Amino acid sequence: MRVGVFICHCGSNIAGTVDVARAAAELRKVPGVAFATNYMYTCSEPGQDEIKQAIKRENLDRIVVAACSPRMHELTFRRTIEKAGLNRYFLEMANIREHISWVGLDKEANTIKAIETIKMAVAKVMQNKPLYSSSFKINKRVLVIGGGVAGMQAALDCGDGGLEVVLVEKSPSVGGMMARLDKTFPTIDCSICILGPKMVDVAQHDKIKLYAYSEIEDIKGYVGNYEVKIRKKATYVDWTKCTGCGLCMEKCPSKNSYDYFNFGVAPTKAINIPFPQAIPKKAKIDPDFCRQFTKGKCGVCAKICPTGAINYEMQDEIVTEEVGAIVVASGYGLIDMDKFPEYGGGRYPDVITGIQYERLLNASGPTEGHIVRPSDHTEPKTVVFVSCAGSRDKSLGIPYCSNFCCMYIAKQAILTKDHIPDSQSYVFYMDIRSPGKGYDEFTRRAQEDYGAKYVRGRVSRIYPKGKKLVVVGADTLLGTQVEVEADLVVLATAVTAAPGAAQLAEKLHISYDTFGFYVESHPKLRPVETNTSGVFLAGAAQGPKDIPASVGQGSAAAAKVLALFSKDMLESDPAVAKVNENTCVGCLKCKLTCPFGAIQEKELRGGKIVASVIETVCAGCGVCTSTCPCGAIQLSHFTDNQLLAEVNAICQK
Amino acid sequence: MAEKEYAYYTGCSLEGTAVEYDMSMRQVFKALGVGIIEPEDWSCCGSTPAHTVDRVFAAALAARNLTIIEKMGTGIVTVPCPSCLSVLKRAHLGMTQDESFRNEVNELLDEPYEGGVVPKSTLQVMLEDVGLDAIASKVTHALPGLVVAPYYGCILTRPPEIAQFDDPENPVSMDKILEAVGVKVADYAFKLECCGAAFGVPKRDMVNRLTYRVLSMALEAGANCIAVACPLCQQNLDLRQGQVNSTMGSSFNLPILYFSQIVGLTYGLSPKELGMDKLVVSADDIVRSRITIEELAQREANAKAAEAEAKAAEKLKKAKAKEEDTKTEET
Repeated sequence: MRVGVFICHCGSNIAGTVDVARAAAELRKVPGVAFATNYMYTCSEPGQDEIKQAIKRENLDRIVVAACSPRMHELTFRRTIEKAGLNRYFLEMANIREHISWVGLDKEANTIKAIETIKMAVAKVMQNKPLYSSSFKINKRVLVIGGGVAGMQAALDCGDGGLEVVLVEKSPSVGGMMARLDKTFPTIDCSICILGPKMVDVAQHDKIKLYAYSEIEDIKGYVGNYEVKIRKKATYVDWTKCTGCGLCMEKCPSKNSYDYFNFGVAPTKAINIPFPQAIPKKAKIDPDFCRQFTKGKCGVCAKICPTGAINYEMQDEIVTEEVGAIVVASGYGLIDMDKFPEYGGGRYPDVITGIQYERLLNASGPTEGHIVRPSDHTEPKTVVFVSCAGSRDKSLGIPYCSNFCCMYIAKQAILTKDHIPDSQSYVFYMDIRSPGKGYDEFTRRAQEDYGAKYVRGRVSRIYPKGKKLVVVGADTLLGTQVEVEADLVVLATAVTAAPGAAQLAEKLHISYDTFGFYVESHPKLRPVETNTSGVFLAGAAQGPKDIPASVGQGSAAAAKVLALFSKDMLESDPAVAKVNENTCVGCLKCKLTCPFGAIQEKELRGGKIVASVIETVCAGCGVCTSTCPCGAIQLSHFTDNQLLAEVNAICQK
Repeated sequence: MAEKEYAYYTGCSLEGTAVEYDMSMRQVFKALGVGIIEPEDWSCCGSTPAHTVDRVFAAALAARNLTIIEKMGTGIVTVPCPSCLSVLKRAHLGMTQDESFRNEVNELLDEPYEGGVVPKSTLQVMLEDVGLDAIASKVTHALPGLVVAPYYGCILTRPPEIAQFDDPENPVSMDKILEAVGVKVADYAFKLECCGAAFGVPKRDMVNRLTYRVLSMALEAGANCIAVACPLCQQNLDLRQGQVNSTMGSSFNLPILYFSQIVGLTYGLSPKELGMDKLVVSADDIVRSRITIEELAQREANAKAAEAEAKAAEKLKKAKAKEEDTKTEET
């Protein structure tokens, strides 16, 4: 066996704190190593050529590249050695950058550690077996989770690209947060006017199958072949019969239902169509408020409905869809007001959130676009906006910026002046964050043309005084305390992960950060991919972002799906678990522990029961191998012998 | 016989400017059957000056007392003064959560503190250990006409990681206790507003202004008395009320009572026992308004009867008027 070792400088990233020449010299002494060298950038084209030539020249049959993390370039070097005629699994990478040069400053210690690490890789590569991937067919249908602007964009782009799309939306209508906005910054476009046509396109697109008021129950499978169970929640209205006429909503006697669409700005009816432009425009009953459910009698809607669509006996229904890729665009949530006892914690009716104010501004909102105080329905003359209500506040566990509040506050200040010309807006801010195209000009307009008074400082408390609210804060530029007697206070409450984001991530086997936002595969170079192949991200589910960024990501995710589906067959990863049927005792402990359901029972000809791995489902995590009491199940490319060879290599002397 | 015994750390204020807090607290605990033992040879908690200078030294001053209390074996020390409480809790939490800090502090002490004492405010002991039902059960007197603005001050509930009691921004513990003894509590927005604290000496103008705000908000909330649980708050609001009036042009005459004094009044304790005479702004009117709950019940019954009578008279009058109307019509 002739092993070749290639040690990368990575510029000064590695060579700065590891003596790479000495490492190469040391490795030349290791039995089995026929060739060892160091190179400035091994991943560059000449660097890869060097490997290819050395394989031929030195007659090498196993390759070790000591460089960055295998997550960065393993695939690059696998392709390189494959081009030179070796099986791609005859490559091992020793991570001497992330694990060594970047974390230690002591060059001597780093060099010793690097040498040991490369020796481990040499020991392992000598145990490597050639592996071959098999190919499998892919199902060219895509599931999009979330019908906000990001999800709709992804669905439309995939549909236009000729793919069949299954779009699942949790609430009764698509549209998401954008459907609730009045105008959009920095152009003051009417939000629903630009979103509405997209919503109609989604409804009418012959490639898009919409499941509204539905949630993901379970997801099984792997890239190319997912089986998705969708829970269609009971609406108590047969949507095949409902025409969206709205008679039921008019006559419903239960007038105090919580209005989820309007964030509780005003109550709604127990049977309702959330908003005039809703897609689908169908009614649904909220059983928490419906008298038929709470009191056991009423039935007004059933009597009035001209098509007989009401069905109080309706149950949730589970449907199964098969898809090959998934776009997750499940959106975001907002922090509760009760986290701000110093601002009243929801006790003062005239302290509201930014999205509630958006509904007050909106012509199709509960006040038909008239700005009034929730307490007494009078027009406010002094409106105070409090930015960063929760954002950038470590004490609330939200150290991050919510991205778009600075901009929507500027917009709301402008709109306030438009609605009530003799009003005065105050904006308490930490920093004005307006880095988008035309954004900074917009915040300046709010101040210079619309006279919004911007006060740089936090608000310490809000207390009621008569009919007014006194907002107490600091002006850190003047170094003084400020008190404003306001009629209405708007809190720009922090963006959080969507409720249930973590549970959905677990169903999808994708990772999420401390805050519940989904983690992309690479923050710069793979922004819409996840580490689970076939699952892509779009919109604020990945982190707070505004409309243009969400739409961009929706399209990007669609492009990724279309590229994935441009092939008819996918290659499977052969680094999966394999069962030695001779030593397997059929205890099936592996089946119990497998998190992917990749192991099934198999009866051999003689009647002996053994475990069997479904190769395409196995994710190669290795849980089964540590569970197996007799070592019969082994993970290819990470067998016990291969791992022990590594251990032996560092535990000598 | 007391059901449960607590160590009772009074601190310096309760021996001087806030002696009435001490007197009334002891009386109320006695009435509730809560046993309190004063630690022997207790010393200064360190107060504000110590922790502005040195964190370890400040903790050592407080921990000296905790060591003494630990040996008493009561487990809990109850502390009326929020400043003492905050300092004791800070030392206790710092020393139990950080071993190296504990070693540093213990280095300065004759005997080490092992972390076996839980400091609680007297308010917390009353609310959580005694309970509202037990507090209500001892009431014999009522204070009709009294509307109290409960004033907590800055450090009784904050910072939350030290205080670990009640809502840090909207506390309700004192409200609940006062309501339990039948007193009307105002919806007071300045529960936590700064009273000026120890700046009364170096920055009198500022403290006068702050105190003025606290007092005027109480009037605005419809209160005729402020209840406090902190000696410094009491001093700024009570002792300086005259000063506020002369500098701010106001004419406040608002009694500032410790919550324990109000509870004591409803328990029928004598004004003398509760130290009512120690207050600067006289609370004599409140004391004079006190009646037994039987009297109150009688008064309420009388009022009801009078109301009913008045209603009946009204009815009769109306009926007569109607009768007369018909008569005139007839004629």
